[in-house]
Amino acid sequence: MQKNKIKKLNWMVYTGGIITAIIFIIVLIGRFYTPYDPSAMNGQLRLAGPSLAHIMGCDNFGRDIFSRVVEGAGTTLTIAVLVILIGASVGIFIGALTGYFGGVVDEVFMRVCDLITAFPSIMLALIIIAILSPSEKNIIWCLAILFIPSFARVTRSEMVKQKSQNYVKLAKLMGAGSFRIIFVHILPNMVPVLLPTITIGFNNAVLAEASMSFLGVGVSANKPSLGRMLSESQNFLVTGAPWYAISVGLAIVLLILGLSLLGEGLQQWRRNR
Amino acid sequence: MKKVLALVLAMTMLVGLAACGGSGSSQPVEPAKKEHGNEIVVGIPQDLGDSLDPYQMSSAGTREILTNVFEGLYKPNSDGDYVPAIASSCEISEDGLTYTFHLNEGVTFHNGKTLTNADLEYSFAKCAETTLDSSLPKFFANADITVNGKGQVIVQLKEAMSDIFAYISLIYIIPADYADQLTAPIGTGPYKFVSRSVQENVILEKFEEYYGEKAKIDKITCKVFEDGTALVTALNAGAIDFATHLSLDQVAGVGSDYQVIEGTTNVVQALYINNAAKPFDDIRVRQALCYAVNVDDVLQLVANGHGTKLGTSIYPSFKKYFDSSLVGYYKYDVEKAKSLLAEAGYPNGFDMTITVPSVYPIHVNTALVIAEQLKAAGINAQVQEVEWNTWLTDVYSNRDFETTVSGFDASTLTANALLERWTSGHKKNMINFANSEYDEYMTKANSTTDEAERTKLFIAASRVLTENAANVYIQDAAEFTVMNGLLDGYQSYPLYRINFASLYYTDL
Repeated sequence: MQKNKIKKLNWMVYTGGIITAIIFIIVLIGRFYTPYDPSAMNGQLRLAGPSLAHIMGCDNFGRDIFSRVVEGAGTTLTIAVLVILIGASVGIFIGALTGYFGGVVDEVFMRVCDLITAFPSIMLALIIIAILSPSEKNIIWCLAILFIPSFARVTRSEMVKQKSQNYVKLAKLMGAGSFRIIFVHILPNMVPVLLPTITIGFNNAVLAEASMSFLGVGVSANKPSLGRMLSESQNFLVTGAPWYAISVGLAIVLLILGLSLLGEGLQQWRRNR
Repeated sequence: MKKVLALVLAMTMLVGLAACGGSGSSQPVEPAKKEHGNEIVVGIPQDLGDSLDPYQMSSAGTREILTNVFEGLYKPNSDGDYVPAIASSCEISEDGLTYTFHLNEGVTFHNGKTLTNADLEYSFAKCAETTLDSSLPKFFANADITVNGKGQVIVQLKEAMSDIFAYISLIYIIPADYADQLTAPIGTGPYKFVSRSVQENVILEKFEEYYGEKAKIDKITCKVFEDGTALVTALNAGAIDFATHLSLDQVAGVGSDYQVIEGTTNVVQALYINNAAKPFDDIRVRQALCYAVNVDDVLQLVANGHGTKLGTSIYPSFKKYFDSSLVGYYKYDVEKAKSLLAEAGYPNGFDMTITVPSVYPIHVNTALVIAEQLKAAGINAQVQEVEWNTWLTDVYSNRDFETTVSGFDASTLTANALLERWTSGHKKNMINFANSEYDEYMTKANSTTDEAERTKLFIAASRVLTENAANVYIQDAAEFTVMNGLLDGYQSYPLYRINFASLYYTDL
């Protein structure tokens, strides 16, 4: 019965998973090997079109766009992974505790989360970065903090639902401590809820990093990142080298498409479970 | 599901956009034989945001437009000389201390009033009081300016000064006690100010009562395009008749009904080094940077080889002071750079930051190429883009930086305009350059009246900058002016100035 449902519902999970996996593998290989040095410049190849040697063409410094896309996707994904790792662990931790214990602390934390979510996140990030000076580390911290509320909220609401369930009451009767109940009994039961949240969050983190780099407050200028490359390539969209923007744009679209499908699929799977 | 649909749509749009871009550049644009009046639309990259008051204009972009509205007794011409404007001639006394300016007859302001002695006195006083130009106070301190009954302006100097015409050209003559200069400026130039719409446009109209040779085009509309891509799009659509300060990439796609004129930015672009910051306080480190940067490759990568290489803080438009032997003083030599670094105690190189203002793509691109080249010498350079205001406070005012790629222009055609700032302790000496030999040459040059001797001293000073590797000098970048194919008469100036009065339509 269950097997059947998974099959029926998870074409999105499968497609998304495959796209994401392929991208991750390419990016992972790119950490050790790219066809060309992503930062090597060559005046002869300035804005050269796509060819067999350079499948995505070359940029305005004669750098191989494909190698840069791979490297740039790596930068973007690394930042996104770290953002989610920090944001999700802190968010889930806070959400789990406040949801389980409730009271004044819960109220205060949730209002702080409201406060953070009340601002458009990119704008808030821009302000923070402008104050802190842009660097990779600052972006990761800044985005991670902005991502905490979304995880905290989902975890909290699910925690409130779960804590009145019978298995929790039974665990309490058996004398299990609060922390044991939260992290050993309840949290594993929340995985189906958290998984899509994390995937969607990851998706948003990729977009947030790309947007920030696009606006010029992202990673340092000599490090490729998808958003940064997209912003550089727009100058050549009309004059001369449309393949630059298309290559980078497609890479972002594919990455987001894969992650969105995965997230959407997981959510449906949970609903139908 | 909705999200997936949205993504598919976004992808289709992207591909569609690409198709548009492709066809736009491959199909020849139909020669636009459109009807045109005797007017032009000029694309300018920034609004005249600072001030319309002639003594308060600080940005070069404002100056280059409003010098069509304001004039001094003298003005610069396209050869880099100063020629009579409101004045018709000037007599210089034997001792070189008294300058008598004779004025043109019938000079009127844009508001119809005739120029009087009161206006002249007011202009000199107001300028001395409020000017933002850093070189003028020195002039006013040294000069006693009087206007006599015969309509002559007499400048009595305490000490001889040879750049006097340059200073005179900066003192724009305005009507006395006119309160609205800030919003509706009035001068005596060939064009009068009509209106300004913030962030949108500035409109100038031909001044019919101009005393000199009148302008030929009736109306100039300067449209603001703060986004470079939007400017290029407008050019491709034929919505602009004239635009200048464009990069090679921006003019690559313009249609055949435009003429493209190559010029230079008249800016000394360099990797400016904070001479007081470690490790750059060591001359060997600075020289190593000079040897490690291949300027030819920079030009090739940034602008396909366009641009003029520089060796010191003087660009070639300053014909007299430009010493071409300083170009290529440091020949590209990575090994030499490495050994100099080793001598200085950095055998394995070091980390450094190049801070660049993000509004100038040319500086950002140059910084990226330099950072890539420095790798070969073991120097790991991070390029940090900052906003223009951040750059002004942190780098320019507070001098809190290691290196930066930027450019300096000259407000007058005098060697002082480019060199004076590097004397020790000067308030604009952003790089903290302190060299007694340099200071000596500069002081001597400024107290010498003999022109040939002065020129020699300024060149000697500029050589000191090169020998001490004050900065890694890169180029006077190429820039392009695009003009409607039917227009003619364009003059390029060695300063930031567009002379609209010389432009005309060939078919009218």
